[in-house]
Amino acid sequence: MTDAVRVRGLRKIYHGRPAVDGVDLDIADGEIFALLGPNGAGKTTTVEILEGFRKRDGGEVSVLGADPQRAPRSWRYGIGLVLQNASDMADMTVAETVRHFARYYPDPRPVDEVIDLVGLTEKAGRKVRTLSGGQRRRVDVAIGVIGRPRLLFLDEPTTGFDPEARRQFWALTRTLSAQDGTTILLTTHYLDEVEALAHRVAVLSGGRIRATGTPRDLGGRDTAEATVSWIEDGEHRSTTTAKPTGVVSELADRLGDEIPGLLVTRPSLEDTYLDLIGSSR
Amino acid sequence: MTVSPVGLSAARAGVELRQFFRERTAMIFTFALPVVLLTLLGSIFDKQVAVAGIPSSQLLAAGMIAGGIGSTCFVNLATSIVSDREDGTLKRLRGVPMPPIAYFIGKIVLVLVTAVAEVILVLAVGATFFDLPLPDDPRRWLTFGWVFLLGVTGCALLGAAMSSVPRSVRGAAPIVNLPFLVLQFVSGIFIVPITNLPEPLQQIGALFPLKWMAQGFRSVFLPDAAAATEPAGTWEHGRIAVVLAVWCLGGLILCLTTFRWQGRKDG
Ligand SMILES: Nc1ncnc2c1ncn2[C@@H]1O[C@H](COP(=O)(O)OP(=O)(O)O)[C@@H](O)[C@H]1O
Ligand SMILES: [Mg+2]
Repeated sequence: MTDAVRVRGLRKIYHGRPAVDGVDLDIADGEIFALLGPNGAGKTTTVEILEGFRKRDGGEVSVLGADPQRAPRSWRYGIGLVLQNASDMADMTVAETVRHFARYYPDPRPVDEVIDLVGLTEKAGRKVRTLSGGQRRRVDVAIGVIGRPRLLFLDEPTTGFDPEARRQFWALTRTLSAQDGTTILLTTHYLDEVEALAHRVAVLSGGRIRATGTPRDLGGRDTAEATVSWIEDGEHRSTTTAKPTGVVSELADRLGDEIPGLLVTRPSLEDTYLDLIGSSR
Repeated sequence: MTVSPVGLSAARAGVELRQFFRERTAMIFTFALPVVLLTLLGSIFDKQVAVAGIPSSQLLAAGMIAGGIGSTCFVNLATSIVSDREDGTLKRLRGVPMPPIAYFIGKIVLVLVTAVAEVILVLAVGATFFDLPLPDDPRRWLTFGWVFLLGVTGCALLGAAMSSVPRSVRGAAPIVNLPFLVLQFVSGIFIVPITNLPEPLQQIGALFPLKWMAQGFRSVFLPDAAAATEPAGTWEHGRIAVVLAVWCLGGLILCLTTFRWQGRKDG
């Protein structure tokens, strides 16, 4: 299948300083792809170039088979956006807002269905300005998906959410991906969000991709050296090894079937991530 | 189902109107300011006779129609576009498959509806409290028509151009209102007859469309004897049309060259 997004050597320069410095990305159809990085990494800049909001200074970009800088208006039928910090439509109700944006698309989802999908059925008659931050963001998602997009952009969608709202948002994102096969590009600086949602992740830092992979194997952490620790003669001992199974079986031979205090650990996603972004500093 | 640009424009107009009328404080400010000023200033000018038994308050009422159009078309449109830029409306609309013209048609409808409502309000107050005569000569209403259309168009285009100046909605109120207040003063909206203003102020006012709109409206609602209170002693219809048309053109060019869909902080 063709890739929903293909980026090669993307560059964007602000005041002589590169904010995005040679980024390559491939996002397959139907994938939830996370762009993970600290503040200022270049996530929003990258995403807004893909969305057609900003012009690039170099590189090639193809989004749903078109160059966002030259794409015709109909290209937007396939794109859904959830912007950072939108506060528009404040005096309209939730239902009026969703119904309004349904009009821009040739084959929109039913308005009630979308309001239900984002969990705002009870708030449908409320003015958008009276909603909480998390609810407001769900209105943005409703607008983002009303036109049945093939590709949905979520720029730091859960920043400022409380833990419960984040979990609800994750469930919603998974539903969109599973129900309709919507491709989702998500930016975040939360590791747990990546672990909970992403099929694949790229770590962006200082405008460059530091690593790409699944959350499990990012930066080779699935094959990285493991730390085996145990208790022997009342003392904590540990060793680092590329072959933890061998170490464990040798310990079992020596110490009997149940090794006291046995722990085998590999670098966590957090360790790997901090390592990757540390390398840019 | 296909998406028609006409349908989208109508949908935009619906959103514009609903948002305007639901934002009570801004709406009341927009509509009430000219009416309140007319009532207060009118109570002073009611006792003065401008010319041939015509009270100055009637000159004031007719001229205040121009002030009302400035308030709805220039001030309100400029601030509404600034807030669209700040709250993400413009960015959102660039991100959906909408022909940009639909946004502007929505604004045009907003401006026309609010301008008509304002004119009716000012006329009602003028007729009720200051006996402003409503003409029954169709030629006078024809004059009203072209002064209104040229005035609304010019003010709205200048308002749209002005929207690129303030950096934020908070900054927009003073940045848009202060020059408009000064302009109303030098255009003889508050002080009637306009010849009571110092000569240099009159000359500054004559550079801008507001004075000419007010003069045009006075020519519609006042007896021809009142033309003697104008600086030229006549209504100068030809000159009014030319100045307003030039401002429409200038406003259009300003708009096309300065209009920004994005805020300064967006890439
Ligand atoms: N419009 C802009 N003008 C100048 N510099 C910008 C602009 N947008 C972003 N930058 C700079 O580019 C870098 C990346 O920013 P951004 O893409 O917003 O990062 P992120 O979304 O990962 O936090 C930052 O150093 C930021 O200051
Ligand atoms: Mg960002």
